[in-house]
Order: sequence, then C-alpha cells, then structure tokens
Amino acid sequence: MDEALLRTLTPTVIGILVRRGADFAAAEDAVQDALVEAVRVWPDDPPRDPKGWLVAVAWRKFLDAARADTSRRRREVLVEGEPMPDPGEVVDDTLQLYFLCAHPSLTPASAVALTLRAVGGLTTRQIAQAYLVPEATMAQRISRAKRTVSGVRFNQPGDVATVLRVLYLVFNEGYSGDIDLAGEAIRLTRQLAAKAKHEEVAGLLALMLLHHARRPARTRPDGSLVPLAEQDRSLWDTRLIAEGVDVLQAALTRDRLGEFQAQAAIAALHADARTAEETDWVQIVEWYDELVRLTDSPVARLNRAVAVGEADGLRAGLAALAGLDPALPRHAAVAAYLHERDGDPVTAARLYAEAARSAPSLPERDHLTRQAARLNAQLRS
Amino acid sequence: MAKYLLLKHYRGAPASVNDVPMDQWTPEELSAHVQYMEDFAARLEGTGEFVDSQALSPEGTFVRYDGEGRSPVTDGPFAETKDLIAGWMVIDVETYERALELAGELSAAPGAGGKPIHEWLEVRPFLAAPPTITE
Repeated sequence: MDEALLRTLTPTVIGILVRRGADFAAAEDAVQDALVEAVRVWPDDPPRDPKGWLVAVAWRKFLDAARADTSRRRREVLVEGEPMPDPGEVVDDTLQLYFLCAHPSLTPASAVALTLRAVGGLTTRQIAQAYLVPEATMAQRISRAKRTVSGVRFNQPGDVATVLRVLYLVFNEGYSGDIDLAGEAIRLTRQLAAKAKHEEVAGLLALMLLHHARRPARTRPDGSLVPLAEQDRSLWDTRLIAEGVDVLQAALTRDRLGEFQAQAAIAALHADARTAEETDWVQIVEWYDELVRLTDSPVARLNRAVAVGEADGLRAGLAALAGLDPALPRHAAVAAYLHERDGDPVTAARLYAEAARSAPSLPERDHLTRQAARLNAQLRS
Repeated sequence: MAKYLLLKHYRGAPASVNDVPMDQWTPEELSAHVQYMEDFAARLEGTGEFVDSQALSPEGTFVRYDGEGRSPVTDGPFAETKDLIAGWMVIDVETYERALELAGELSAAPGAGGKPIHEWLEVRPFLAAPPTITE
C-alpha cells in the first residue's frame, strides 16, 4: 500500500474528473471517497494501474453521488453525454488546482485546508489532527471553502504569490502530529516548482530546504529550543543544504528578486558558515536591506537589527532597533539579546523575562525564561 | 469516569510554599520542572486518564456586546484582576479522590532549589451529560 503514490495522484485524478465535466467540489469529494476505498482495498488487491483504478473508482463515485442527488439529474445526463477526453492530454491540471485552492477569496486557514486535501491528498482527519481542531470542524471549513470557490472557472490562470503564501503557512505553522507538515509543504512546493518556472517558487523551495536542513539541530532531546549560534552544525542535513543552494542560485541568475529568494539567501549564508563565528554578517545585512526594500516588513527590520549588531557592532544594532515599535512580536527578545552582547546583563535579564511573558509559544517561553534565569544566576554569583 | 479541570493561576491562588519567580531559578531547575510536567502528562496518557493540556498567554481583553450594528466594547487588560488563569490540564478519572491525588502530584513539580513548588491548583468537576436512566 503506497500512500505516497496515492497522495501524488490525488490532484491529477481531480483534474481528470473536472475535464470530464464534474464540478470541482463534486470531483474533490469523489476522489476523497476513492482514496478511502483505495486504503481499504489496495493492501489485499493492489491494482496494476493505480492511476487508472483511482480514475475509474472516483468517476463511479461521482456518478453515484450525482444520481443520488435528484436535483442534479439534468446535469448528470449532460455529463454522461459528453465525450471523455483522453487523460493523457491533460497537462496542467495540478497547477490549476494549486491556484483554485489558494484563491484570493479564501481565508488563509481555508486555503491551507483545501490545499492539503485536494492537492496534498490528506484526509480531513489528518488535517484536523495537524491543526488540533475536531474533525467535524475541519470538514466544515473545507466544505465552506469549496462553496466559496464554486463559481471560479477551473482553467482561469491564478496568482502564484497567493499559492506561495499558502505553502509558506503550511511549512511554518501547525502542530507536528502524525503528519509532517513541513515535509508535506516541501513536497507540494517541489511539485509546484516542477510545473511552474517561477523565481519565487524556487526561492520558497530553497528557503524551506535550507530551514528544514537545520531541523535536527533546532531542538534538544528534551524539546527545548537551540538558538542558531549554539546549534551543532554537524547535525545539519548537508544534502538538503546543497539542494537548497542549487535551487536558489539557479533562481538568482534569472535576476528577478523577490522576498523568498532574499530570505533563502540569508538562510544560505548561515548554512555556509561552518561555525557561528564564520558567519558573513555583512552580506546578511545586505540581504536584509533587500528584504526590507521588497517587503517593508517590520519583522524584517527587527531581524535586520540583529544582523547589524553582528556586522557593525552592538551599538549600531541597538540604534537600528531604536526606531522600531516595541509592540512588535519578539521585539523584547531581540533587545535582550543585543543588550546582553553589549555587556548589560541586568537590562537583558529584565527584557528576557518580559519577552517570555509575551512569547507566542510554550517552547519560546521556556527558552526565554531560561535565558533570563541564566543571566540572573550569573548576576547572583 | 468523570472529567476534572486542574486550573493553574498566574495570580489569584494562595501563594505557593516555594514561591520564587521562574526567571530567578537556575536553568537546570527549569529543565527539571519542564521534564516533570512532560513526564506527568505522559504517565496520564499511559493510564488512559489524560484529556488535554493547554497554556494561556497572560494578556487578555474583556469584550461585551454593545447593541445592534455596533462593534463590541473591549476593556482591559485589568492589572488589578484578582484571578489570572495560566493554563489547565483536563483529566478523566474514576473518582474525585483520584483527581485530588493527581492535582497533588502536579503541585509537587520541582521549582527553585529543586524543591517542590507546593503550588495551589484548583480542581473543578465538569458538568456531565444527563444520565439516560433516572429512576
């Protein structure tokens, strides 16, 4: 039973049903039903042609559902009367599905759920577990999302930027249950990169690969966070780093810079340093300048202040921080870091404790409390 | 089985016996505390008594309806609010005595000096579903 294969086939099969005349919502439901049947039947009776099997079963499910729904009777006749195009002609259905599932009319949470189901081939239960909500809630979120996009024509060209936003969210947010959301986001972005030659798709893929490469070093066995400077770099996945750097370099040569390429470039410079001390902070500041120019994001400015502190000295870093709104998320943590490096442990300890109180996650709160505790212990002795 | 909420307060509960703010502990004491909490939850999962555990940010806002067509009114956060809930654990246990026993264990989590915090936790029974047979 090859679940990975099943999941890869999901968007293709939805696309084929849509080409045959099913509307997206009905096609998507029919394919989910077919996936559930595949999970039940395949272990004992594996098909010789998995894709053909899925198309046949999903089409039958679609017709059954259409027949059961008397209000749809007229369209069903219409559908059955149409010639079925050869699935071999279909080229870009998967790409269209990405656009539809990330349609701007959807909220980010809905777009994420719909993408994971229709493009990723995950079940509603798996998606619900990954976001810690009841299965019924996730089922409702998905069916509402499908209603929202029901009027969108399937072959309408979409905006790659909205798709990237959704994939970025999948990579960056969500709990790690049975489903590895970061790994799933990489799979979906890789698949997208193979279909759409776009610099920012490559940029996002590179960004994900470079951050994923550090995952084994990012937490200790007890679950506590390890800051970048303290990570055991021998744990970094050099194969993922090499791939990320290759993907990024190919994108950068096309000379159409975007925010994901700039972020990936920063990650690549960190990956390139064998020790924290070897980090090329001057280049990193230059990339942050690009990022600020591209996005005007206050979060980018905050991270830039750290890089400036490393490149040009801590006073320069604190000066870069001074112009920023203290209400920014993680502002106190950055300020604490710079003050400690500047030789002011009293202020740093106070700011770390303040940062811990406003931390958005438990691991971050524990980490920041620990930093405050470390400095306070030093100050006592 | 009956469900109980074990409530932990930032503020509002009687003072703990070992009452030292966390940023004044040593990093090792913090690690030991986090480990204790994780082991406790894992053990309750093992006995089939764990339901849920969540932590809350200290920041909160009061909100109320302000009439047709108007945005809700918000107020706070109130620095003087008596109770401030920090988080909870929900357990599903055979008896009230078992709920108290577990709350006692949770309250013994190590703090400053590696000694138990003796933190006051509040145990609140959930209102259950109505029984089918009532006579």
